[in-house]
Amino acid sequence: MTERQQTNAKVLELIAPFNKKGVDVGDASRFAQDLEWDSLTVLDFVATIEDEFDVLISMNMQAEIETVGQLVDALEKLLAKQ
Amino acid sequence: MSDLFSKFDPLIQEREALLETGLTDPFNLTMERVESPTVAICNGKRTILLGTYNYMGMTFDPDVIAAGKKALDDFGSGTTGSRVLNGTYLGHRECEAALRDFYQMDHAMVFSTGYQANLGIISTLAGKDDYIVLDIDSHASIYDGCALGPAQIVPFRHNDIEAMEKRLKRIPEGAGKLVVLEGVYSMLGDVAPLKEMVAVAKANGAMVLVDEAHSMGFIGENGRGVAEAQGVIEDVDFIIGTFSKSVGTVGGFCVSNHPKFEILRLVCRPYVFTASLPPSVVATAATSIRKLKDAGDKRAHLWENSKRLHAGLAQLGFTLGTREPQSAIIAVIMPDLPTGAAMWEALLKQGLYVNLARPPATPAGMTLLRCSLCSEHSADQVGEILGMFAAAGRATGCIS
Repeated sequence: MTERQQTNAKVLELIAPFNKKGVDVGDASRFAQDLEWDSLTVLDFVATIEDEFDVLISMNMQAEIETVGQLVDALEKLLAKQ
Repeated sequence: MSDLFSKFDPLIQEREALLETGLTDPFNLTMERVESPTVAICNGKRTILLGTYNYMGMTFDPDVIAAGKKALDDFGSGTTGSRVLNGTYLGHRECEAALRDFYQMDHAMVFSTGYQANLGIISTLAGKDDYIVLDIDSHASIYDGCALGPAQIVPFRHNDIEAMEKRLKRIPEGAGKLVVLEGVYSMLGDVAPLKEMVAVAKANGAMVLVDEAHSMGFIGENGRGVAEAQGVIEDVDFIIGTFSKSVGTVGGFCVSNHPKFEILRLVCRPYVFTASLPPSVVATAATSIRKLKDAGDKRAHLWENSKRLHAGLAQLGFTLGTREPQSAIIAVIMPDLPTGAAMWEALLKQGLYVNLARPPATPAGMTLLRCSLCSEHSADQVGEILGMFAAAGRATGCIS
């Protein structure tokens, strides 16, 4: 697996427990519309991602992240900086 | 027709559905006459006020009113100017002196509202590449201060010391850090673990701002707030407060010991680009603040009221926001908005006003009946309030 594929696999694994509606999740899945997450779920999920990858995802960055693919891209950028 | 208002359609529909059931609009009440800090006439009916944040009952204090009237006579109805131009009168200086004495701090800056105090200080302090770490349940004025500035915004789970620490440790080296906390969180009336949080923030090189809007005048030996009560006020860099709660008028402020604090008067846009408070308002505020300093008896009575209401409501079977009373706010958790609105109306018809709070103001999508007590509520009034809650709760099926 490439590094992106590994990050992607980890993100999908972390999404699963929050995916209460059992939505099929892909790169284009949107957190608000497709997964139907409310702000509290987003907070918990972001905290989980932050702890797993040991990064900070500020609200400024979250505002730019609508889909799973965009989250993986953002994480790739953050990990590259480390 | 679709236009810029279309995004409000879901809210408009929800409101219409609620009002169609014949309920009184909970967000459109008029106080026709106000008799005292605890009683007003609403819809022609004498109503006990239990949702005003008028914690210390200063709105009808004779000294406060006399000071306001004298300032109106001596200085006129308004300043028509910014604090940095023609809007600083003697009264503004005296009000800032009263705040410095009250908090025992070197600097005080008075804003036209509490909202603007948070908006101005937070947006001005944290610049580009700086980080603001804040509690997720922070007040709208704190979030708006964050949004107005260019800093990176990092929220953490409510009152979670470990979550806050983790985020502070992940901030890139060299970046400026501001931790924003509240003493009392107004929705559930719970208090922050400031002792631990301030220590963690300081250990990680952050400056600390604490909003003490709901604790000023009441919590702490001298009424300075939760930071005083928990013994960490010396380590807090900025305290934000308001005149629209315990002080009993309108306005906001920031106090600090930072040696460069005064420069904020020139660079803080919500301070510079708005008119200053009217002379009568700063005169009432200064008089009230000086009286609050020595209001130990009132503080004691307010605690009694808070404890009695909390115990009484819990005994009736209501679900409350905190297990024990932590402030002068007692939040009654409602199962949903329709029940909350029905309960609110049942209380109003009996002659009791409380705040109906709903998302997005509330955490976790809760509907709350929020009660805020006043030091001027008599023991009889608290008894009356509990009786009305019992009747309304049974009528709406909230309690059995």
